[in-house]
Amino acid sequence: MVEAALSISLSQPGPIPLDASIVAEAGVVMALVGPSGSGKTTILRAVAGLYRPRHGRVVVNGAVWLDTERGIDVPPHQRRVGMVFQSYALFPHLTALGNVMAALGHLPAAERRARALTLLGRVHLSGFEDRKPAALSGGQQQRVAVARALARDPDVLLLDEPFSAVDKVTRQRLYVELRDLTLSLSLPILFVTHDFDEAARVAGRMCLIDQGRVIQSGTPREVLARPVSARAAALVDLKNVFSARVVRRERGRIWLDWAGRSIEADAPPETMAAIAQGQALSWAIPATQVLISRTDVSVADETPNRFAATISDLVHLSESVSVKVTLDGPDRPELSMTLPAHYARRTGLVAGSAVTIALMPDGIHLMRDA
Amino acid sequence: MDWIALSLSLKLAALTVLILLPVGIWVARWLAFGTFRGKGVVEAALALPLVLPPTVIGYYLLVGFGAASPIGDLWMRLFGRALVFSFEGLLLASVIVNLPFAIQPMQRAFEAIPRDVREAGAVSGLSPWQVLARIDLPLAWPGIVTGLVLTFAHTLGEFGVVLMVGGSIPGETRTVAIAIYDRVQAFDNAGAGAMSLLLLTLSLLALSITYMLSARVGRRHG
Repeated sequence: MVEAALSISLSQPGPIPLDASIVAEAGVVMALVGPSGSGKTTILRAVAGLYRPRHGRVVVNGAVWLDTERGIDVPPHQRRVGMVFQSYALFPHLTALGNVMAALGHLPAAERRARALTLLGRVHLSGFEDRKPAALSGGQQQRVAVARALARDPDVLLLDEPFSAVDKVTRQRLYVELRDLTLSLSLPILFVTHDFDEAARVAGRMCLIDQGRVIQSGTPREVLARPVSARAAALVDLKNVFSARVVRRERGRIWLDWAGRSIEADAPPETMAAIAQGQALSWAIPATQVLISRTDVSVADETPNRFAATISDLVHLSESVSVKVTLDGPDRPELSMTLPAHYARRTGLVAGSAVTIALMPDGIHLMRDA
Repeated sequence: MDWIALSLSLKLAALTVLILLPVGIWVARWLAFGTFRGKGVVEAALALPLVLPPTVIGYYLLVGFGAASPIGDLWMRLFGRALVFSFEGLLLASVIVNLPFAIQPMQRAFEAIPRDVREAGAVSGLSPWQVLARIDLPLAWPGIVTGLVLTFAHTLGEFGVVLMVGGSIPGETRTVAIAIYDRVQAFDNAGAGAMSLLLLTLSLLALSITYMLSARVGRRHG
């Protein structure tokens, strides 16, 4: 079996609990996302050799960097990693050029300057070579940090919340630049962030980290839209998550009892196999999969999952309208949805309007309760 | 002016600085970057010379270096002379008394270097020695120089410990500070005045340098 470009497995009970196995392919940006204190930065630091877990193994292109069982722990300066720190950690006494040249110790002294100039050109910093970090903007400092990380000719690139210290406009530009840059690199890239949108923009794969564990991994789209558990849904801030019980399961469709309401949902074969009659579970529906109409709910209609509701909140955004509705019934559950602005205008929806909502069976996502 | 005393004082101060340069950097880095049990006790012990009366330190050094002590005994066997009331004994005492003056400014300077900057050095491929030479020292040098200047000035001015451990042997242990005392005892106010003015000027100069350097550190990290 061909070993992955980067494989990490770490475990320890404390002080920072870890129980994570991550495999990353060359040429793919892998985002490690999770709340503050979830251990994502610690995982990054363990790859760089800046943190030593109780038990762990880090293998890069077949080279063992860490194996606590065999007593192997290659010191950070002998691991070929490029790392961009959250605060960039530039050397304040060196110029931009000096910062990059400091990481070129593996090249003959005569070649370092030319190589550093090339790298600074690659991150669009030609002309700023002689500036010290204090004389550079946040975005420029970030680019120096990226150039310095690439200077090592690394086997792994580690990015620790590299966009957190720049303003929003700069960030949008840097996303594009980083994407272009990563497309040209054939090495595994780990990217730590707590921002899911950022992860979706920059990364091709995503690991959701919670208390040191990888609770889900996949493409950002999968992780964000189809969380495996209620906890994962809460972490990715998925709206419209509710509890229900399975009452019937039949040919790819599942009927649920949702606090006395009957709803039906499409379930892929693997979900069907994992779900039993009578089981309690969580379900969610994305804000885009909720339909709304002003027709009374009693009017005959083939559409399943129709419920009477009242608009409790309606906020006009630039191109869409964010709507919250409260369903009738003793539990008064609240659902969020997003509508095109023109639709809301044409139908004259306002806060307090009585409406009928329909939940698309193929939009309902079923997941474990825990 | 007692030129012999002055040259002895300058020699003592210079040698103390020379010894405390590597020792101070090593201990200061260890305290600044290390985390270990009992760190507070080590720091407190190193700061003791700042608060104890020189007579108390002098007393313990006298006992510790005396012929009856292991250190004094070993010295006697190696070199055939007593450690107390000798220049070497005075130098050893001076190094010990000056530990806090050298280490504390150095430690503060090392502590002011952000942890991730040093880590960035390591992941950039710099070995621990290269991190010392290319990151720690260039960033901490004002603190290191401050420690050394303070040590130099303090050694010139030390009186109590010198008197206790060294006595007042011309050319061996009689420093400027001791010579001033002797001059006053001998009613030679002019001689005492000239040497006092010299010490005053040197001390003012040394302190001016340290304040200018700390302003520089403040600007860089501010």
